Formats: sequence, C-alpha cells, structure tokens
Amino acid sequence: MAINVIKPGLSTTVQDLGRPGYYNIGIPLSGGMDRLALKAANLLVGNKEGAAVLEAVFMGPELKFTEDATVAVTGAELPPRVDGEPRETWTSLKVKKGQVLSFDFLKKGARAYIAVSGGIDVPVVLGSRSTYTLGALGGFKGRKLEEGDKLPVGKGRGTKEGRSIPEKLRRAPGAPAELRMLPGLYWHRITADAGKHFFEDTWKVAPEADRIGYRFRGGRPLEFVPREQPFGAGSDPSNIVDACYPYGSIQVPGGTEPIVLHRDAVSGGGYFMVGTVISADMDLIGQLQPHTTACFVEVTMAQALKARKDQAKLYDKLKASF
Amino acid sequence: MKTRYSYGGDEHIFVEYDEEMSLEAFFKSLSMATAIKKAKIKGVTEICPANASMQVKFDPDVIKPSDMMKELKAIEKAAAKAKPVIKSRIIEIPVLYNDPWTHETLMRFRERHQDPKSTDIEYTARINNLDGVDGFIKAHSGAPWFVSMVGFVAGLPFLYQMVDRKRQIQSPKYLRPRTDTPKLTVGHGGCFGCIYSVRGAGGYQMFGITPVPIYDPNQKIKHLKDFMCLFRPGDIVKWKPIDRAEYDATVAAVEKGKFKLKMKDVTFDLSEFKKDMDGYNAKLMGALNGN
Repeated sequence: MAINVIKPGLSTTVQDLGRPGYYNIGIPLSGGMDRLALKAANLLVGNKEGAAVLEAVFMGPELKFTEDATVAVTGAELPPRVDGEPRETWTSLKVKKGQVLSFDFLKKGARAYIAVSGGIDVPVVLGSRSTYTLGALGGFKGRKLEEGDKLPVGKGRGTKEGRSIPEKLRRAPGAPAELRMLPGLYWHRITADAGKHFFEDTWKVAPEADRIGYRFRGGRPLEFVPREQPFGAGSDPSNIVDACYPYGSIQVPGGTEPIVLHRDAVSGGGYFMVGTVISADMDLIGQLQPHTTACFVEVTMAQALKARKDQAKLYDKLKASF
Repeated sequence: MKTRYSYGGDEHIFVEYDEEMSLEAFFKSLSMATAIKKAKIKGVTEICPANASMQVKFDPDVIKPSDMMKELKAIEKAAAKAKPVIKSRIIEIPVLYNDPWTHETLMRFRERHQDPKSTDIEYTARINNLDGVDGFIKAHSGAPWFVSMVGFVAGLPFLYQMVDRKRQIQSPKYLRPRTDTPKLTVGHGGCFGCIYSVRGAGGYQMFGITPVPIYDPNQKIKHLKDFMCLFRPGDIVKWKPIDRAEYDATVAAVEKGKFKLKMKDVTFDLSEFKKDMDGYNAKLMGALNGN
C-alpha cells in the first residue's frame, strides 16, 4: 500500500532508531529525536518498536491512505483528524482506504511521531530507513516529504482502535526545561566564574534549532582561561584542533551561544565543548520549541546512569501497559 | 604530548593525544582506533579517529563507563608500540582556484570575514607572506596533503599540508560561520584544508572548487560505486590547478561516467617522511605519475 502526500507539513521526514556505525566518516546516527515517543507510536499500531515512522516538526502533513491502516500519533501534542473528525493523540486509530489524515495546530512540544501499521517501507540504506537530509541519504529520496510523494508502507496487521498510553507515561519537558549535563571535554578552557554562571543563567532556545543541533541564547558569555592557541587550532580562544563531537555535546562558538548537537550531528569540528547532555535527556530536546526557556544542570556520572535507568524503566512500564 | 581522557556524557569517551596538530598525534589516534576495533569490546558502537584525538561511543547498558575507560587506557599502552606506517593511496584532485561559485558566495558573506575588502585567497596569501594569488596557488598545490580526519559532514576530508610547519598555510575561520558553501568547495581553517562534500553551512576560507565528486549517496558515480565516500584517514591528496575549460570538461566527463580518478596505492612511513619531506613527496609524486 501507499500513502499519498497531499500536504507535506513543514519538515516531515522518515525516521527509525537510526544508523550507527558510520560516524567515523561523518554520517550521523539520524533517527527520531524523541525515541521514546517513536517507539510508543510503533507499539500502539502493532509494529516493532524500531519501525520507520514519520517525524513531523511543528506542523502536521495531510496524508491520503490507499488501504486501511492503524495509525498512532505521539510525541508533540499535534491532534490528528480523520476526514476532518478529531481523534486522540497517543491512541491507536483506524484510517480507512480513501480517508485523509490531517492535523490541528501544534498545542505542545515540537515533534510528532506518526506510526502506520506495517511501517514506512522506504529502502534500507546503511542499515536504516532514517533520513539524513544534509547528506541526501536514506528516508524518502534522502529528503523531507513533498507534495505528491507516494510513501510505500509495509504489511502489518495493525491493532484495534482505542489502544492508549496512560498520560503519566508520556514524558515532556518541564518549564524551564532542565537539561542535565556532565561537564568535561574542554570544560577546562573556561574560567571558574564562567563555569558557575553557565549553570546559573536561564537560556532560551534560538530559532536555529533543528535535527543537527539546538542553539541556546540569553546567558552571559563565557570567559576563557588565557592561553597561546595550539598549532592548527585557529586564532579564536573557542577554537580547538578539529576533533570529534559527541552526540549531546555542548559547543560554544566564540563563548556566546551554546549549541547541543542532536541526531543529525556534524561529527566533528573546531569548536571547544563544555560537556555533554546525558542520554536520558536527549529525547526532551527534540520537544523544545524555539523561545522555550531552559537551563543546564550539572550531574555526576552516577546520576546520569541512574537517569538512564529511570528512562528505561519508564519504557518498560509503557510496554507493560498494553 | 600528553594523553587526556574525558567522558562525553554517559555514552562517549573522548581521548585527546595532543592539544596541537601533528602527524605524530594523528598516528597515535589512528593506532588507538585500530587497536580498539581489533579488541572487539562489547558495547562499542562507534570508533572515530580524528586529527589529534579520537572518540568511542558505547552502550552503557552493556559496559559501564568506568570499565570502558579502563579498557581504553589498557589499549593505549599496547597501541603506543604501533609503527607510524600506513597503507595509503595518493589521489589527484583537480581544482579551479578563484572559481565563480565560491567567489559569489564569499562576496555574499563578506561582512562575516576578517577582511571584507579582499577575497579569501588574497587575505590568506597576505597573512602567510605569499606572493599574491599566483604565489598562493603555487604554495597550496605544490606539495601533497594528508587526510588526517574524515567527518563534519558525510565524507569530508580534513587535510594536513605535508611540508615543514613554518611553510604550512594557516588561516582563521570566518568571524561568523556562513549559512552556505557550494558543494565541492576547497576550503581552509586553522592549518587544515578540506573539501566540502555537500552544500551547507561552513566557516572555512574558500579558495576554489573541484569538479570531482567525493560523496555520492546513490553510488552511481564510477569511483564511488564501492562506497559512497571517497576518502579515509591516511589518504594523500595532490591538488592539480586547472582552468575553466578543463573544469567544464571534467564535469561533463563525470556526468557521462567517463571520468577516471587518478589514484595509486602507496605506503606512507612517517619516520621516512620526516627525514626528508620534499624528497619523500617527490617519490610520492613519482608513484602517482607512474615514473
């Protein structure tokens, strides 16, 4: 079967759990930015947790189905409609052959995950169906959806209508969003005072926030420990000899605006980094809208691992809720 | 050179061999990456060598970060014995310097540059005491460049000029990064050259453009049929200055599937290279040209 794209939305891409193993040549993981929501959407329609879904940013697409299917929308609060009739998010719903799935305006969050029974069946490239737009790789022709696209869908039995995930198991960022991070990498490049106000200040998500990285604004600039720049690094005190960038690493070009790299990360470059957002909080970043307030919270490795366990427990509970 | 280890959150360990760039630091990073791959440590998902550092990504549910750290430190001792020798390829990349596309782009972003009154080549020539654009092209294309890292975006090579440090071209990155760079731009930042594999943001100075694709996700281009990225760490690049007519002819040949990349297998030995850089480069050129 296929889904015909009537309207593509703002930036709707095919994503699964990603493409590990090629970061060493600059091809990033890609995959859904909010993995918990992506997996939940798949479970709701009877797919394997890592099947390919659509990730819609800020605005939903309009899709016409050529066969009956089960659909679920999770992540951001982007209420779906079937032939104009309102439906619930985080709940399985039926879309019949010839019907149109559309969406209301975004109420909360930033990225909605639209799972279809059988999964979006684009070709597997380097082990994944995820779209890496910058490299025109994977997904639907390596790009975001466009009007007139015909999306292939795999075979799936689907589930019955009205399966739902309890509200307390839907994780969403707080206000301000607290991003827990482990200081490290090139943390020693900034002064003790700068290190203090980095955590004290409230930041705001800048308009430059996408799958590559999220930029933050509004905190005080970071002062550097003076040094003679090492050979090859470049003359700015925020420059380093180009190195690898971890996922979630926080670089601060010029010491002014922190950028947290996400699933389509550039794999390396010449800006120093103050540390890394812990794996348990990466999903939350994908749900931050521009202008949302956020702060960075220092944690230890033990706390990071505990948070990761809690996140895994949340998913276990979610699975058990079926 | 002092090795520095750091956690990158709960899923990465970052290892810096030296703050400054050198081929010694590169070989340390590469030999560590190779040794880690061989060790087949459970839970490791990505091993990324870089210019003078490297990074490992792992699944902390499979291996505790502190155990991963122990493993890496143990491997470092063994890897230190590896000889700085690598099986390499020397590849000729034609460049149209001062091309119209990077020129249009650099004019568009002039206010983000250190010196809005000159072009990127003129500026870099001046701060490196080179004799204008011609002197710059001679210095830039005279000696080969070593691929010391692949990344930033898919298949982009970082290139380290194979001459004495005092002759290496250095140039700062743009004051603020551009939001646009033409695909296949030949760029430069710090001491590193690069070829932008895709169109997109960038902060390096722009010197020219190559007609030779280095990344093809569809794997249709002849020299990218086996793998979508051309470069791997340890490759050696020799720039060949070309004019507009040759540029156009090469673009047409690539489109018709008739372009053949000039490339030869060689072995690179750092100790031999350091004894006589120019002599060693001459031998590499001999291998490339089949003498």
